[in-house]
Amino acid sequence: MKARLMQGNEACAEGALAAGVRFFGGYPITPSTEIAEQMAKELPKVGGTFIQMEDEIGGMAVILGASLGGKKVLTATSGPGFSLKQELIGYAAIAEIPAVIVNVQRVGPSTGQPTSPSQGDIMQIRWGTHGDHPMIALAPWTVREAFDVAVMAVNYAERFRTPVIIAMDEVVGHMREKVVLPEANEIEIYPRRKPTATRAEGYQPFTPAEDLVPNVANFGDGYHIHVTGLIHDETGFPSGNAQLTKECTDRWHQKIARVQDEITHYDEFFMDDAEFVVLAYGGTARSAYAGVEAAREKGIKVGMLRLMTIWPFADKIVKKAAAKAKAILVPEMNYGQLVHEVERAAAGQTQVISLPKYNTEIFEPSEICEAIETMAKEASK
Amino acid sequence: MRTYEKFFRMNRLPHIWCPGCGNGIVMKAIVQAIEKAGLDQDKTVIVSGIGCSSRASGYMNFDTLHTAHGRAIPFATGIKLANPELNVIVITGDGDATAIGGNHFIHGARRNIDLTVVLFNNNIYGMTGGQASPLTPHGKKATTAPYGTVDRAFDPCQLAQAAGATFVARSTTFHVPQTVDAIVQGIGNKGFSLIETITQCPIAYGRKNKLGDAANMLKWMSEHAAPLAAYNKLSDEQKAEKFPIGVLYKGAAPEYSAEYAKLIKQAMEGKK
Amino acid sequence: MATIELISKRCKGCNICVAFCPKKVLELDTLGKVYVKDQGACIACGQCELRCPDYAIYVTKEEK
Repeated sequence: MKARLMQGNEACAEGALAAGVRFFGGYPITPSTEIAEQMAKELPKVGGTFIQMEDEIGGMAVILGASLGGKKVLTATSGPGFSLKQELIGYAAIAEIPAVIVNVQRVGPSTGQPTSPSQGDIMQIRWGTHGDHPMIALAPWTVREAFDVAVMAVNYAERFRTPVIIAMDEVVGHMREKVVLPEANEIEIYPRRKPTATRAEGYQPFTPAEDLVPNVANFGDGYHIHVTGLIHDETGFPSGNAQLTKECTDRWHQKIARVQDEITHYDEFFMDDAEFVVLAYGGTARSAYAGVEAAREKGIKVGMLRLMTIWPFADKIVKKAAAKAKAILVPEMNYGQLVHEVERAAAGQTQVISLPKYNTEIFEPSEICEAIETMAKEASK
Repeated sequence: MRTYEKFFRMNRLPHIWCPGCGNGIVMKAIVQAIEKAGLDQDKTVIVSGIGCSSRASGYMNFDTLHTAHGRAIPFATGIKLANPELNVIVITGDGDATAIGGNHFIHGARRNIDLTVVLFNNNIYGMTGGQASPLTPHGKKATTAPYGTVDRAFDPCQLAQAAGATFVARSTTFHVPQTVDAIVQGIGNKGFSLIETITQCPIAYGRKNKLGDAANMLKWMSEHAAPLAAYNKLSDEQKAEKFPIGVLYKGAAPEYSAEYAKLIKQAMEGKK
Repeated sequence: MATIELISKRCKGCNICVAFCPKKVLELDTLGKVYVKDQGACIACGQCELRCPDYAIYVTKEEK
């Protein structure tokens, strides 16, 4: 395919379309709006549907309805809208409805500092809803990867029947790069799961398959299923049973935990001889990479871990890196959020240093290089 | 055995509603209307919100969706647009539709999307124990309005009409055949249809306001409801004591899913 | 003549059927469930079935 100059948001929309998304519902909010605009233009051309809803909550509700109606679905928002969507993200988790939510992060809380870049929602993405459920979140760091992550997010949503968050930030969302997108035949698509038995054969919509994910029928397929946001048994009907409540919660977690290694995507740079590590994600990883290169030129043996999968957190990868590193530096465009996960995974094996930035500006590579130098100096004392 | 019983999940009865609650009357009216309208059971979806009335979906033998509080209409909108051949019926309550879901209610009407919305109006939040709703009449008592509500109530029918609904009717649990007929007409309307059904809550609303038992509340409906034509002939003074029932409004407007289908056709043919 | 079928396990004793029966055919028993007190008086008008919220009573007019 020809090289194109594209924006991250545009690539994300293209990726979703390529993965089979045929329904978008949402509400305008900067810096995510280009995704909605792109979907409004492109969806009808492929027989899909775009609807601009009356509010962010409606945007989330309408895609869950459409997903149950059989479509692959997407919505996109930013901080304030993401906060409003939380209850229904939880609904998607408990009712096991495939849906992808893009959060192009901007400075918060509340209306915050629109629409400067931020990574301040990274913990909300994991813990924003009430109650216990796992979460899958992917953070691209290039425009091309915004496309790939969108494909992956749609596939994971369908395969695990779960909400998946694309944790973009304004840097990647609004950045333009030259990209070459894959051909349609190069893209693997996970199809909508289908019932494997009839009602007469004892089909129940929420009986988990071998991979612990249920094959829930689409509405209109004649199965007369019931879907609810209450804790329910395999029939789909609510139950107040204590043991069932525990088993449901266990299964939702296990269906993701059992594939954690497979869905943990990351890059390692200069790690072979690294004495120090910079761990970064999203737009910040770009500055971090340049900062690491600069520090290497100055003779510091520093490597880099770039996480694409933010949730579930890459415990094993970080633990392994922590066992060898003298220190791990974690630059983030927030007050210091994912660094706490890094500390937890490092489990005292090494020093974990937070490098937060929350003044609306992105990291300069030089800032990161300086922080690496300081880290190296402190360690040699 | 009645023929409409195939539209119930009989193994899930008896339902959870309190003795005397009118919700069972409305639920039966809906399945009777579905039968009369001749809808395909496999192609009919019931979508409800949260609250007493919204529990109805679990008893009805279709694809059924018990959504989150206030969100039945946008979920239903997604289902209808994902698969326009489905008949989508929304069950909602007064708090669900006009408080937490108020915005979705007016925008569903504005789009004139083909949903049949049956609003069970019992004038109270029953599930949570009797708090005032936007449809609790002014001055009536509730646990959150112990001295009587200061708020004025919405007229959901006027609200829906003003917002763009193309079929608006009101009925009561006393007027059962009329309720069935209104729902049949609402299903027949290709557009956003509202059927407000006044239903008694003797436990959380009636008791607090000394309205007597369920039968007394039904008799009150019979005495205070007036068919629209008769209502229109009343003086303003007389009108203050009554409320109109029947088909209150019928309009014609393009339906959203059909309009969007045209847009898809154009876009797929390459027009701009 | 009419047959009246009662499904007692669904009856919640709300008294709607008793109150609306024009011929006083029905009554609540000491446990609060409806029972047929005067079958012969039933005119099969169906008012009880019409407004029973619990689907606990069915009236069928018998053809002669």
